[in-house]
Amino acid sequence: MMIVLEKRSAQSQAMIWLSPVVALSITVVIGGFIFAGLGLDPIKALYIYFVEPVTSLWSIEELIVKAAPLILIGTGLAVCYTANVWNIGAEGQLTIGALFGSAIPIYFTTWQSPVVLILMLLMGVLGGALFGAIPALLKSRFGANEILTSLMLVYVAQLLLDWVIRGPWKDPKGFNFPQSVSFEGWQLLPLLGEGRVHIGAIFALVAALLLWMMMGRSLRGFEIRVIGSSPRAGAFGGFAQKRVIWTCFLLSGALAGLAGICEVAGPSGQLQPVISPGYGFTAIIVAFLGRLNPIGVIFAGILLAISYLGGEAAQVELGISDRMAQVFQGMLLFLILACETLIHYRIKVAPGFGAAKEA
Amino acid sequence: MNNTGEFLLEARNITKVFGALRANDDVTLSLKPGEIHALLGENGAGKSTLVKVIYGSLQPTSGELYWKGRRVIVPNPAAARELGIGMVFQHFSLFDSLTVTENIALALPSDEKIEGMARRIEKVSDDYGLPLRPDALVVDLSVGERQRIEIVRCLLQEPHLLVMDEPTAVLTPQEADQLFVTLERLASEGCGVLYISHRLEEVKRLCHDATILRHGKLVSRVDPQQETAASLAALMVGTEVAAVRADKEAAPGAPLLELNDLSTQTDDPFGVSLKNINLSVRAGEIVAVAGVAGNGQGEFFGALSGEVISTNKDAVKFGGAASGREDITQRRRRGAAFVPEERIGHGAIPNFTLSENVVLTHHAVSEAVVRKGLINSDGAQNVSSNVIELFDVRKGTPDPEAQSLSGGNLQKFVVGREIALQPKVLVVNQPTWGVDAGATALIRQALIDLARSGSAVLVISQDLDEIFEVADRIAVISRGELSEVYLSEELNLEQIGLLMAGAHEKGTNAGAA
Repeated sequence: MMIVLEKRSAQSQAMIWLSPVVALSITVVIGGFIFAGLGLDPIKALYIYFVEPVTSLWSIEELIVKAAPLILIGTGLAVCYTANVWNIGAEGQLTIGALFGSAIPIYFTTWQSPVVLILMLLMGVLGGALFGAIPALLKSRFGANEILTSLMLVYVAQLLLDWVIRGPWKDPKGFNFPQSVSFEGWQLLPLLGEGRVHIGAIFALVAALLLWMMMGRSLRGFEIRVIGSSPRAGAFGGFAQKRVIWTCFLLSGALAGLAGICEVAGPSGQLQPVISPGYGFTAIIVAFLGRLNPIGVIFAGILLAISYLGGEAAQVELGISDRMAQVFQGMLLFLILACETLIHYRIKVAPGFGAAKEA
Repeated sequence: MNNTGEFLLEARNITKVFGALRANDDVTLSLKPGEIHALLGENGAGKSTLVKVIYGSLQPTSGELYWKGRRVIVPNPAAARELGIGMVFQHFSLFDSLTVTENIALALPSDEKIEGMARRIEKVSDDYGLPLRPDALVVDLSVGERQRIEIVRCLLQEPHLLVMDEPTAVLTPQEADQLFVTLERLASEGCGVLYISHRLEEVKRLCHDATILRHGKLVSRVDPQQETAASLAALMVGTEVAAVRADKEAAPGAPLLELNDLSTQTDDPFGVSLKNINLSVRAGEIVAVAGVAGNGQGEFFGALSGEVISTNKDAVKFGGAASGREDITQRRRRGAAFVPEERIGHGAIPNFTLSENVVLTHHAVSEAVVRKGLINSDGAQNVSSNVIELFDVRKGTPDPEAQSLSGGNLQKFVVGREIALQPKVLVVNQPTWGVDAGATALIRQALIDLARSGSAVLVISQDLDEIFEVADRIAVISRGELSEVYLSEELNLEQIGLLMAGAHEKGTNAGAA
C-alpha cells in the first residue's frame, strides 16, 4: 500500500476555501505540541497567542495598527505572485518608502500644512516604487532572478536607513540616540478615534478593494493573471511579460513604500533604526494565506497581526522568546503551500510498487 | 471460459471511473499472438485510458487483465515491460543532446556496457528494417528516426505485445510505409501489435481486427478489411460523418495576406530559421502549407501572428498594410486572426474559463468584450455561448475551464472563437491535429465557409488528407524554405512527398550543421 496524490479533473471549489483553514489548524496543533515540549500548558499558551489579542478594545486597536501594513503590502504582493513575479523585497521597499517620506519633515522641520502630509505620503509611494524598479529593471533587462535581487536589496535599504539615522539625519537634540527628529502636527497621520489607529487602516482597505476590482474586472488585471498562468498564451493574447513585471514591481513597491511612511508617520512618529517588525516578510505569508485574493488578504492580514500580538503577550505572560511568533509564521507559510496541493489533487491509498503478479 | 489460452492479452470488462466520468465502461478487448489489432475511437472515447490500464499506468476500477491465459495485476509500467509489453508513445521522451545508444541505455534497466548495447541496437535495427546509427545525436534525426529509437528500445526487450499510440501522426507517407513493413514483420514472428490510430485508411490496410470505442463503451469489434473508411468512421462517431463540401469554384479576389522575403533567425539551437518566404493569399481562397513537423511551421506561424516581430515592415502585409514590425494586437486590429497548433497553453489558458479565453484574443478588437480597459464578462459569455452553439462544443458545466474539455471540443472552441471575429485573414496551424472525425469535418467545413465568404485562409498542416480536402493552392515547407505554390489539382501524393523531403530547397547552406 502507498499513499498517492491523484489529480482532480477540476479544481476543488471546497478546497479553495478549506485549504488555508486546514493549514491553520495543523499549525495550531503542531504549535500545541511545541508548547507542551517547552513544558507549558498548550491550551493556555494557544489561548494567549490566538484568543487573548481579540478580547480587549486596546488589543483590537493594536491589531488594526499591525494589520494595516500587512494588508497594504500583502495585496501588492498578491498581485505580484499571481503574475509569477517573486518580489521578496517588500521589507526593503517599505524601508526606502519610509526614508523618502521622512525626508520632508526632516528637511522642513517647521513646515506645517496638509500639503506636508500629502507630500510625505507621495514621497513614500515614490520611494517604494523606485526601489521596486531596481529588481524589475534587472529582471526585464538582464533576466536576473528577482527573488535574489529583491531580497538582497532589503539589506541595502536597511543599512542605508542605519547610516542616515546615525549620520546626517540624526536628531541634533537627541542625546546621540540613533533617531530622527520627532514629527509633529501635519507631519503625523490623523488618528481614527482616541487610540493609536490611524488612517493607514483606511488606505489598506481601499487598496485591497481597488486591487480586487482591478484583478477581477480590468484588462490590466486579466493581463497579469494570464501572464502568471500561461506566458505563452499571454504572448498570443498580445500581452507583454516585461510590462507585467514592471507593473507588479512598481505597484507592490509603491504599496510597501506607503506602508513604510505610514509606520513612521503613525505609530513611531520618527525614523528609528528599526521601522517594522518584518512586515514586508510576513506580508508574503499574508498574500498566500489570502490565496492571492486581495479580499482574502484582508482576513489573512488580521490573522497574522494576531500572531504578532500573541507573540508579545506570550513574551510577557509566559516568558518565551518573541521568536515564537516567527516560528508560527514560518510553519503557517509552509503548511499553506503544502495544503494548496489539496486543491488540485486528492489523497488516495493505492496498491504499492511491485512486479506484476498473478491474482 | 477455457479458451483464454489462445489469446495473448485479454482485458475483460474493464471499467475505469474518474470522478463522475466513466472513461472506460465495461470494455473488453482481446488480442492473439501475431495479430495487428486496431483500437479506434474519437478523442475522449477512452482509448488512452484502456491502454494505460494495460500498460500499468492506471489501475482499473473493476475488470480483469489476462496475459497468456493467466490473470495478472499490472501495478506499474515496469511490471508491464517485465511481462513483455512494450509501448511507443505519441510524444517521444528523448534527450536531444545524447546519442541514440545513450538514450536507449537510459531507458533500459540494465548495466549493459554502451558498446555492447550499440551492437545490439545495430542488429535489431538491421533485422527489422529500421535503419538507425547508434552514435548519431538525436538532435540531428528526423521525427521518423526518433520514432525508430523508441521502437528499437521496445524491441530490445523482446516484447510479446507492442502498443503503438498514433505512430504515423508525425511521419511522411514514405516513412509510414516503412513502419508498416516493420510492424508486419513483427506480427509474422508472433508479436502482437495494438495499434491506435485516427487514420482509417491505415487501419484498413494494416489491421485484421479492430475494437471500436465510443464514449468509454465498447461499440463493436469488426474486421476492418470488411469495412469502408466511411463505415468505420460512422461506428466511431455514431452517425454518418458529413462529407466536407468544398466547391472548388473559388474566385479569388485581391491578396489579403502577402509575404515578401520573410526571413527569421532563430536563437533556439534546435529551432528553424525561415528563409526568404514569398506567398500571397487572396480573398476567397484557402492556401495550405504542407510539411513534416519541425520544418519551421511553428516559426512560420509566429512570424505571421506577430509573436515574433520581423525587422522588415514589408515582410508581412495584411490587406496591403505593412505589418512586419507590428505586434499581434496591431495585426489583429488589421483584421487578422490566428489559431496556433497547441490549444492548451498557447491558444487557450488551461485553468481559465471559456469566456475568459474569449477575452484573450478578442480584447483588442471587440468593444463588446473589453471597453475602456474594463472586461464585460456578459459580452464575453455571449460570444462564448454563440461559439459553443455554432461549433457544437460539448462540455459539462455552462462555463467550464478550458482544460476540462476534450481535445476536439477545445479545438472547435478555439477555431470558432477566431471565426466569430469574421477575420479578413485567418492563419491556422494544424487545425485538426489529434481531433476526432466529427470535429475534424466541422472545423474543415468552417474554414471553407470562411474563405468562401471572402476571407483569406492560410492552413499550415501535416495532414495530407486535410490539405487536399480544403486547399485551393498548396505549398510545402521544408527546413524553413517554402516551395512554389501549386494548384491543388496539379499535385499528387508522390510529388508532395518529394517536396516534403526538401526537393525545392535552394541554399547549399540549407542543412544547418
